Amino acid sequence: MSMVAHSPPSAGPARRLVDGRRLIIGIVLLLTAIVIIAPVGVILIQAGSQGFGAFLGSLSTSDTRAAIGLSLVTALIVVPINTLFGIAAAWAIAKFRFPGRKLLLAIVELPFSVSPIVAGIAYLFVYGGQGLLGPFLDAHDLKIMFALPGIVLASMFVTAPFVARELIPLMTLQGNDDEEVAATLGAHGRQIFFRVTLPNIRWGLLYGIVLCNARVLGEFGAVSIVSGSIRGETNTLPLQIELLYHDYNTAGAFAAASVLTLVALVTLVVKLILEARIGEGH
Amino acid sequence: MSEQASTLSRPTATKRVPVLRLAGIERHYKEGAGRLNILSGANLSVYPGELVALVAPSGAGKSTLLHVAGLLEKPDAGDVFIDEKPLGELNDANRTIIRRLQIGFVYQFHHLLPEFSALENVMMPQLIRGLSKAEAAKRAAELLSYMRLGERKDHRPSELSGGEQQRVAIARAVANAPRILLADEPTGNLDPTTAHYVFDALAALVRASGLAALIVTHNMDLAERMDRRITLNAGKIVEF
Ligand SMILES: Nc1ncnc2c1ncn2[C@@H]1O[C@H](COP(=O)(O)OP(=O)(O)OP(=O)(O)O)[C@@H](O)[C@H]1O
Ligand SMILES: [Mg+2]
Repeated sequence: MSMVAHSPPSAGPARRLVDGRRLIIGIVLLLTAIVIIAPVGVILIQAGSQGFGAFLGSLSTSDTRAAIGLSLVTALIVVPINTLFGIAAAWAIAKFRFPGRKLLLAIVELPFSVSPIVAGIAYLFVYGGQGLLGPFLDAHDLKIMFALPGIVLASMFVTAPFVARELIPLMTLQGNDDEEVAATLGAHGRQIFFRVTLPNIRWGLLYGIVLCNARVLGEFGAVSIVSGSIRGETNTLPLQIELLYHDYNTAGAFAAASVLTLVALVTLVVKLILEARIGEGH
Repeated sequence: MSEQASTLSRPTATKRVPVLRLAGIERHYKEGAGRLNILSGANLSVYPGELVALVAPSGAGKSTLLHVAGLLEKPDAGDVFIDEKPLGELNDANRTIIRRLQIGFVYQFHHLLPEFSALENVMMPQLIRGLSKAEAAKRAAELLSYMRLGERKDHRPSELSGGEQQRVAIARAVANAPRILLADEPTGNLDPTTAHYVFDALAALVRASGLAALIVTHNMDLAERMDRRITLNAGKIVEF
């Protein structure tokens, strides 16, 4: 009792700390509302305000349908390739020491620091008509720029790090112990990979795939350079949205944008579920 | 006891031939511009039913030596022999088969599969090898009762004490009746009394089944109780 009497309540500094924390949380919430929630809400409300029938109508114009189709096809090609690339790169970087390991790590992360539009221009310099390989491609009647292959390449570049970056820290943390024990119990390489390594990283892997997928569907900068924006042919969904907007087709633009927004929201939910799973795993 | 002996013992050779022999093993790692020599001409023979203690400071290369002996790593020079057959030329698939059938490993941490019971953990290497569930379960139960864990065979690793977990790991290591047992600080995580108890079980098993055992330990009491003690000195093996 005397202890309490002699030590005055230290509410002063502690209170100030609590106030400071409230202030910071308040600012963050306000910024979130202004920067993120308001625009997302507006898109959904605008898209919905015309009524569901009109909404579907805006989406089912042939150009928009083609754009959705092209985006899906691109994702179907890019996501599996980058998943395999990400697993292979992460496996090499996390589980082995070899000369050039640091360099590989830097290269894998490079797309994060390169502006997508620069990547697009670079592809143009290599594969475009006036580009390095232009004459060769022309001579063999191969079309990469302003066609699906160019869109796929640009999307691959931009999203190359997503899976690898999720897996590298995870696999580094897990080390080689489980694999080594499996080897001592007589499992062979393929068994070890599919029964030990892959199950150990499954949630992190799914997380990387989900993010990669969302980014492929949403990529604008790099694709806008290499696609040529041919209506109904090489327009992906984000390019189509821009086009509708420039055509003053606000309703159509909002409807198409709401599709991407829904993809983002679904991604967010899946991401939260996976994060909880990853948390459980440790 | 006779039943246990029948499942655990192997025909003993008339000639004294080493089960495990390391000849001129070299292993080095690149370090910046230079080279880090971990093993440079390591020679060792381990005979049936023999327990050899490997005692050396941290970083001396004990684990590296076990990895080479256990075909987890290839040496940069020299060769590993099992029953005097050289293994250096084997491809990966055949090395895997040798690891599966001839070599058992025990680590400082048990590395048992948490979702499975003690019995299932001991069945695992036998199932990998292709035995039927019934056969695997029979041998697993025998081994566990030999390790005095008959009552606990349906418990999961998390429901077992550290010493019990380690005894399950030992049973699992010998589930496929290997010729060689390699252990990297098998009692390093246990209190002294438990360490002795686990070591007793391991030593009895090695002697009963004529295994050749190479055991890394920091515990001098245990090292004294083995047949021979070796250490690593400048990458070479010396007895002491
Ligand atoms: N992949 C590798 N690349 C480079 N150096 C390595 C590698 N693996 C091991 N080493 C080095 O080799 C040396 C021997 O390692 P090892 O694990 O065999 O030591 P140890 O005797 O088992 O030590 P401890 O008692 O600490 O387990 C250490 O200096 C270690 O840093
Ligand atoms: Mg070691």
